Amino acid sequence: MKIDRRDFLKLAGIGAAIFSSGLGRLGSYANAASGKDDFFFVQLSDTHWGFSNPAVNPDSAGTLKKAVASVNSLTDQPDFIMFTGDLTHVTDDDKDRRTRLSQFRDIISELKVKNIRFMPGEHDAGLDEGAVFKELFGNTHYTFDHKGVHFIVLDNVSDPASTLGEDQLQWLSADLKKLGKEARIVVFTHRPLFDLYTDWDWYTRDGAKAIELLKPYSNVTVLYGHIHQEHHHKTGNIAHHAAKGLMYPLPAPGSVPKKAPVPWDANQPYRGLGFRGVDMRAKQAALAIAEFGVKGEKL
Amino acid sequence: MRPWSMMVSISILVFITGAFLISGYALGEEKEQVIQITAKKFEYSPKDIVVKKGAPVVLEFTSLDRLHGFNCPGLGIRADIRPGKATRVRFVPEKAGIFPFHCDNFCGTGHEGMTGTITVTE
Repeated sequence: MKIDRRDFLKLAGIGAAIFSSGLGRLGSYANAASGKDDFFFVQLSDTHWGFSNPAVNPDSAGTLKKAVASVNSLTDQPDFIMFTGDLTHVTDDDKDRRTRLSQFRDIISELKVKNIRFMPGEHDAGLDEGAVFKELFGNTHYTFDHKGVHFIVLDNVSDPASTLGEDQLQWLSADLKKLGKEARIVVFTHRPLFDLYTDWDWYTRDGAKAIELLKPYSNVTVLYGHIHQEHHHKTGNIAHHAAKGLMYPLPAPGSVPKKAPVPWDANQPYRGLGFRGVDMRAKQAALAIAEFGVKGEKL
Repeated sequence: MRPWSMMVSISILVFITGAFLISGYALGEEKEQVIQITAKKFEYSPKDIVVKKGAPVVLEFTSLDRLHGFNCPGLGIRADIRPGKATRVRFVPEKAGIFPFHCDNFCGTGHEGMTGTITVTE
């Protein structure tokens, strides 16, 4: 199925979620004039390459490839693609981890867009403090700028205790000091920065410190993964949006006694899996999010 | 009674009273329940713990392999469990119920299943 950007924008403006951050205002993206600094990017998350359980996903070897094909089928290609962690499923064997991360890299090399950004999840980096990830994909925390938006990638997984750590917090503080209070900021993390559900480990132990540093800035959005489902939350004026995964969905926080992958439904294959497009307009602080299924169907 | 014999008796009495005071009995305090818990990939032993409401408890953790965590949000208890070092956490359960706990230091393939419960009885 072909997805063109007009569909995406229409969906984003009318049917799908539009989220404002800080000074952002809601608006009809479908009617907005396209500017040279308007762009969209794609977020994929929790691909868990190497996971194997047919009761949960009988197409575990094919799901990521289908998502790659769906992104490639966009008529207008995104400016960049962001993977928000858990590229691979955990293995206790260092050699297997390297193999899985390498296989993942080979599969996503089929993406037409070559501007791809990565960050690890705890499955990739929690057992070796990100050593193999860094070898293959580079730093686990960094910043980049694109068309007037400042992107900050934070690592809250390389420490198995799920902290950002004082060094990274100081680095974040120094980076933010260079920005005006109304700068457009998008933060990528794997785990939620806020206490979403501590019983299931859905938080960052020192995430409140990062939120405190971001608080003075009026236009901040956090995009993250980890929980394998859409979730939208605000802490003050900061918007936090969790993305679907691409291997198995997880139940809503606290909805079942024990956290476990949601079993595959043969009547609705790939249900709960997918990726998202994020649309950013130069003169509007708000960003628009459109959700897509694995095969590129609009959700 | 001879003077030296009286002195010995007084010393013994002082020692016993002191020990009694230190143990907390003379102050009306209940003795702590010490529970030893080992952690290893990917289980706690014991994994189901029963304590009594209002009675002080000391959880004494030891890891048999690598860094693990202990997080029981319902009772507000968390600790890092490191190999080669006993970690003690003292608490007094103030509410009855069943409170799940889990490892919150990512430890490998079975991490998600490294869980247990503390049952607090009335």
